[in-house]
Amino acid sequence: MLKLEGCELQNGGFSLAADLQIEAGQRVAVIGPSGAGKTTLIEAIAGFLPISRGRLIWRDQDLTAMAPGRRPMAMLFQDSNLFPHLSVAQNVGLGIRPNLRLNATEQAKVQAAIDRVGLKGLEDRKPAALSGGQQSRVALGRVLVQGRDVLLLDEPFAALGPALKAEMLDLVAALAAESGATVLMVSHDPADARRIADQVVLVAEGLAHPPVATGPLLDNPPPALKAYLG
Amino acid sequence: MIGVLFAVALRADPGAGLGPADWSAIRFTVWQAILSASCSVLLAIPVARGIARRRFWGRRVLIALMGAPFILPVIVAILGILVVFGRSGWISDLLVLMGQEPLRIYGLQGVVLAHVFFNLPLATRLILQGWQEIPAERFRLAAQLNVDGPSMWRLLEWPMLRQVVPGAFAVIFAICLSSFAVALTLGGGPRATTIELAIYEAFRLEFDLGRAALLSGLQLVLTGLAAFVALRMAIGEGFGSGLDRPLRRWDGQAAVARGLDVVWITAAGLFLVLPLAAIVLSGIPGLLSLSARSADLLVRAAGNSLVISATSTLLMLVLVVPMTVAIALRPLNGGGVLAELAGLLGLAVSPLVIGTGLFIVLFPFVDPFALALPVTALVNALMALPFALRILVPRVRDILARYGRLALSLDLQGWTFMRVVLLPRLRPQLGFAAGLAAALSMGDLGVIALFSDSETATLPLQVYRLMGAYRTDAAAAGALLLLCLSVGMFYVLDRGGRRHAET
Repeated sequence: MLKLEGCELQNGGFSLAADLQIEAGQRVAVIGPSGAGKTTLIEAIAGFLPISRGRLIWRDQDLTAMAPGRRPMAMLFQDSNLFPHLSVAQNVGLGIRPNLRLNATEQAKVQAAIDRVGLKGLEDRKPAALSGGQQSRVALGRVLVQGRDVLLLDEPFAALGPALKAEMLDLVAALAAESGATVLMVSHDPADARRIADQVVLVAEGLAHPPVATGPLLDNPPPALKAYLG
Repeated sequence: MIGVLFAVALRADPGAGLGPADWSAIRFTVWQAILSASCSVLLAIPVARGIARRRFWGRRVLIALMGAPFILPVIVAILGILVVFGRSGWISDLLVLMGQEPLRIYGLQGVVLAHVFFNLPLATRLILQGWQEIPAERFRLAAQLNVDGPSMWRLLEWPMLRQVVPGAFAVIFAICLSSFAVALTLGGGPRATTIELAIYEAFRLEFDLGRAALLSGLQLVLTGLAAFVALRMAIGEGFGSGLDRPLRRWDGQAAVARGLDVVWITAAGLFLVLPLAAIVLSGIPGLLSLSARSADLLVRAAGNSLVISATSTLLMLVLVVPMTVAIALRPLNGGGVLAELAGLLGLAVSPLVIGTGLFIVLFPFVDPFALALPVTALVNALMALPFALRILVPRVRDILARYGRLALSLDLQGWTFMRVVLLPRLRPQLGFAAGLAAALSMGDLGVIALFSDSETATLPLQVYRLMGAYRTDAAAAGALLLLCLSVGMFYVLDRGGRRHAET
């Protein structure tokens, strides 16, 4: 279980309160108006933003002061998820060993991940020689080999077309189902939430609400969400 | 380094005070530096713009050549400039044929001309780098929006220049403040003496260490102020990230724009090529007629120079990478202030000032002349440091801003981060910096002039001695050899760094 206990997050002059729990293995969408603090919430969980009050707990372990790379979490950013000077295989390999000194087993694992995300044969390409969708697949391949408990997505597919985005979300759902990972994904599109999320965390008016089931919430939105959905 | 400066301060002899000759040296130093830096930067903008947006035959060679005068051993360049612009040089010959007076190169105009020759290419390269750091995606977007001419200027070029030009001006100003060899050969006399030249004269001719130290202190304050301003100017937020797409340009296709670019590039090319050609033309006959004894002297001096150059380049690289990272992380890490201060000192402290200081420190313990070569390598590395920092720091800041969070989330840290992310992405800039360091050290005629005895010599010093002895042919031969070695080392290192990188 991922717990935010009485957390207060500050980003510039802006502050967000969060006191909620997310069951392990859930897929949760974080939705809310632009500027309400969705990214702030995700970045605080990932460790890029200090938590000024309260505690962040994963499976009885206090993560509040842990460095981002040591947390049991993988994150995909809005952009710059790949290193342009490294090949597909190297970008994926970083998820196993940052120093890229992989043994045969680990190399096989990288290859399996590349095959799994549908990039067989493109191992030696550089990111600039890939399409947007393929770049997303490389990043997901890395998430796969990282094998972390929690996957944080800060709208990494926002630049893709609807069909491609849906394809990526389905891939995320499938990968998460295989590994049992917990997924937290920022989205400004309720359709994304309906597509893969069991639950929704609504972020609005300085508060991150506890998760509720996706369908009922979207069918019968509270006023803050209603204003956003229109 | 601090210790050396302390020695200078202790030894300075204020009793004599500043005479009228010293004041006129100060005035001349500042005035020629302002003129030289302004001319270099203003002329460099249209040239860099032309090179940035045109693809033409010989472009790579021209860019490599732009590195040449700066890394060109000063003594060689002066020889070339004299052949072209001197009183009996090519242009004067033409003027005389047309019934005009020959050019008068000695004095202020000669010093400024030589400084522009050295620094126009540096300014062009610095500004060109600014142009190249605008990601290809921005130009693509601009082309899509049909941005051209004045709008392109306002949208991309002016913001970039505002970021790059003040820094370039300040660096060149600081470089020209500590001009020594140019003033030694083209200036001199009461009306065209720089402070550096005055230090040398106090040291070598009068052996008045107190006065040399006083003048060094003065020089230090002046260049220190200039360097302080120069470093304050390295601001700006960069142009965001791209995906390393190959650069293509769609703007500036109108006939007028093309014509102007051609004129600027050709003029700059000629200005740089003529003196270099002059060296080659007079050096080849010199090489062919070299006596066995002169050849032996030159080869031994060249060996010394190669060892010094390699040593000082390695030393510089070992020093510069941690310093760069410390400075780039500065907002998070107070220790970076020290590193930046060291870079500032490197820019502010001229070889002659360090040389004077080291001499004062070493004099009581060992024979400073016996250590001429190691001291030269060390001082050369320190001299190259500020240039390397200027090249590397903005790039490292960019890399950290772009990939810092991704690296953190993957637990890429310390040496692994350096090896996997930083050094590969920094390679073009590292190659450029190493090339500069190697060539600067190869051609340096500063410390070695203070410390050498008649036995030891580097190649530049040997050439200077041959010139002084009116052995013009042998001097030209040595100059050509020196030119090949300096440019060769720079080219190999710079090219190695830029391989596979869009130029």
